[in-house]
Parts: sequence; structure tokens; C-alpha cells
Amino acid sequence: MAEALRFHYDVDGDNFTSAGAASVEVKRKLRQLGFDAETIRRVSIAMYEGEINMVVHARGGSADVYVDKNSITIILADSGPGIPDIDLAMQEGYSTAPDNIRALGFGAGMGLPNMKRYTDEMKIDTVLGKGTTVTMKVYFTTGKSTSSAE
Amino acid sequence: MKIREIASLLGAEVLCGDYLLDEEVQSACGSDMMSDVLAYVKDQGVLVTGLVNPQVIRTAMMMDMRCIVFVRSKRPTPEMLALAKEHHIAVLASDSRMYEACGKLYSSGLGSEACANG
Repeated sequence: MAEALRFHYDVDGDNFTSAGAASVEVKRKLRQLGFDAETIRRVSIAMYEGEINMVVHARGGSADVYVDKNSITIILADSGPGIPDIDLAMQEGYSTAPDNIRALGFGAGMGLPNMKRYTDEMKIDTVLGKGTTVTMKVYFTTGKSTSSAE
Repeated sequence: MKIREIASLLGAEVLCGDYLLDEEVQSACGSDMMSDVLAYVKDQGVLVTGLVNPQVIRTAMMMDMRCIVFVRSKRPTPEMLALAKEHHIAVLASDSRMYEACGKLYSSGLGSEACANG
């Protein structure tokens, strides 16, 4: 796992049914690379929530995953409406998802909080009307990869 | 508890994953909100839900769950079953309501920290 690897995915914004497919693929790749179950789970859940967000709020976008020596970086970029109030969006339970998304089991206002919970670092760059880029990092150095997600 | 016992307790039909019936699971989560499953569940092998869409299967995959029980006579689509098969998740379908299904499993000794809001 010494060499840096990059995986790129286009996230289709028109299809809620296929949302999460990139995260499933990343999970499979990380498993092949021999990562421990907890690290894989943290990365894939955070990316999955982000993917769902991009489909729900921004009509899709792109996902890039970089595997370095001691960390995995996930960059999710979209050209959606942007986030007007990041502090508010980070509050558990706050959601702007429409009812049809709630009926599908999402939109509980847990997406961004979950992404933060499962990663070691999270940065949100957003410009209203232009788009949002979320950068998340999970470290897997000694001890870190087995640490609790809470 | 073996997945086989879950099927028996809930009078559930096994829709896929027959070969997983002797797998042991330690606890379960009952919820119709996938975001909550992703937020609160840890090491729970069974998802009990009345929600039917492919994200239910993906959520279970993300959480490394081994079994999904659809309650309230809900039936997954062939597409969902294909996804579950591909990822080695047993899928059961029961006529029980959520409350009843969770109650039966809990009182029979499956887990003690299940989240329930469905």
C-alpha cells in the first residue's frame, strides 16, 4: 500500500437507484488492498453519504479517492446550489431534502454529521450557485484504523 | 443467533442467501431511516426494515450486515435481490410488523442495543 492510488468516479445525478455505486466499488477496492474492516467501513460510509447528498442536492458530481501511505482522501465535487449555512447543515437533524427523498430512507439530517463522524478530517468548500467540494480524510496509521467511529 | 432461527421466529420466507442460514449474528437494528442506520449502528448483523429500495441493500452492505429482514409483508424487487446476492446478504421477508418482529428477536436473545424507530 506504499504507492498512491487514485480512483475516479462520475456520480450520476439523475438516478437515485444507482446512488452509492461508487462507494460500493471503493469498498471492494479497499478490501482487495487489504485494509482492515473498520477503516473500510468508515471510508465507505462517509463516501456513501456524500454520494447520496450529491444526487439529492446537486444533480450528481464527481468522486475521487486517493490512497496514500497513511491516509485515504475522498474528494466529492459538485456544481450544485452550494450550502448557504454550513453550521446549520452540520447540525444533526437539519435537512433540506425533499419529501420524496425522505420516503426513500434519507433526509434525516444525518448526512454531513455522519461524514464528519466517520472521518478524521472534513473540509467543505462551497460557493452559492457554483457548487460544493467536500474533502474528507481517514488515517489508517497504527491504532487509528481500529479506533471507534464515535 | 443463527439467521435460520430468525427466519423461524418471524415465520419469514428466505428470498436469497440460503447458504448463509447457519451464520451467527449478534444483534440487529430496526429502522426505516437509512441515515439513522448509518449513524447509530455498529457491528449489528441484521437490518429489520419496512423500507423497500436499493439503498436498503447498499446501506446493509456499507455496515457489513449479513441479513436483511423485510417486515410488514414488503417484498424487495428482483434488482434488490440481485444486489443482495452479489454481496452475500441473506434476505428474509416476514408478515410481522416492525415492533412485533423486533420484540420477538430481542426477547429471544438477539442483541441488546438495537436501535428502533421504524
